[in-house]
Amino acid sequence: MERIALEFDAAPPAQGRSLAGVVGSGDLEVLMEPNTRARTVVNITTSVDGFRNVWEAVLTRMLGQGDLPAVRIEINDFGATPGVVRMRIAQAFEALAATPGV
Amino acid sequence: MDAQDLLHRTSFIELGARSRARQLLDDGSFRELIDPFERIVSPWLARQGIVAQADDGVVVAKGTLGGQPAVVLAIEGAFQGGSMGEVSAAKIAGALELAAQDNRKGVPTRALIVFETGGVRLQEANLGLAGIAEIHAAIVDLRRYQPVVGIAAGTVGCYGGMSIAAGLCSYLIVTRETRIGLNGPAVIEQEAGVAEFDSRDRPLIWSLTGGEQRYRTGLADALVEDDVDQIRSEAINCFRKGRPPACRSECVSRFLHRLAQFDPAAQVTAEQVARIYGEGFEA
Repeated sequence: MERIALEFDAAPPAQGRSLAGVVGSGDLEVLMEPNTRARTVVNITTSVDGFRNVWEAVLTRMLGQGDLPAVRIEINDFGATPGVVRMRIAQAFEALAATPGV
Repeated sequence: MDAQDLLHRTSFIELGARSRARQLLDDGSFRELIDPFERIVSPWLARQGIVAQADDGVVVAKGTLGGQPAVVLAIEGAFQGGSMGEVSAAKIAGALELAAQDNRKGVPTRALIVFETGGVRLQEANLGLAGIAEIHAAIVDLRRYQPVVGIAAGTVGCYGGMSIAAGLCSYLIVTRETRIGLNGPAVIEQEAGVAEFDSRDRPLIWSLTGGEQRYRTGLADALVEDDVDQIRSEAINCFRKGRPPACRSECVSRFLHRLAQFDPAAQVTAEQVARIYGEGFEA
């Protein structure tokens, strides 16, 4: 098990919060909440050690533009592939947009 | 099976625990208690190098069912095999205890448990077992006021101490896909040998411990398709029937009487079990 923390520039903070996925084989859980400042903070706990640079690359591609609303993201990963990671994070952002102010 | 029917129904099995709870409750009434954002996670898993889930694999949802106050306790089978740890078991036991308290105050809160579990979480051993015992006690308490309805949909099934919890429910709803047993096939094979039970023989496993057989032998009360609407309406139907004259666990001597009719030296067949148990559990 490895813990990884990453930070990115972001647009003004999001409203509401959202959840996607489960900590099941090949899947991950994404918890998304608004941040208090214009930065997105990602805290990852993963069952697979030694993939820090892959996480950095995947998340930089998604969040590196700095145009998504600022959120705090908690990821609990159980061996998801980069494709599944991207899908779950996108799903959480989508659910966030659908439930403003919750 | 009608292909059109299959295409139009919503699968219950394919849903996660949270979606199952939402679908079972009346539209728009779902409200989650101790939700994932409260982060009441297992304090034991991370210390053993295992990634925890924010809700510890149990969804506690309040709402209404058929217009009556209800609480749904749904276990997430994809997280650690739906195993019961300190937190997940306490969430279920606590919610059942509060439902019983509601009933004592005149609020007829009913409970629906969605079993998808291998039983105790081995990493939390004694705490999980203690929690399961609390679940058992809470079911027995609550069912004095209201039926406690269990659903075992699959595909994880329902095993270990939680199979006892399923047995304690006033009514148990099953699908063909599920399996219910005290010990899982692999455990039986490991402990008693492959001659006793071949854990790779899927037809054997389902023929003896599958949902359909459990229904045929009177150990489950309703056999339903993997369909959200059918499962929900069967649950409402169970609550409408009210408390049964006697719960299964109150008829132990009758079950023992039937059990005594089997020859333990010979491998039983599904038909034998259906024939003997099919004679009923009257005294």
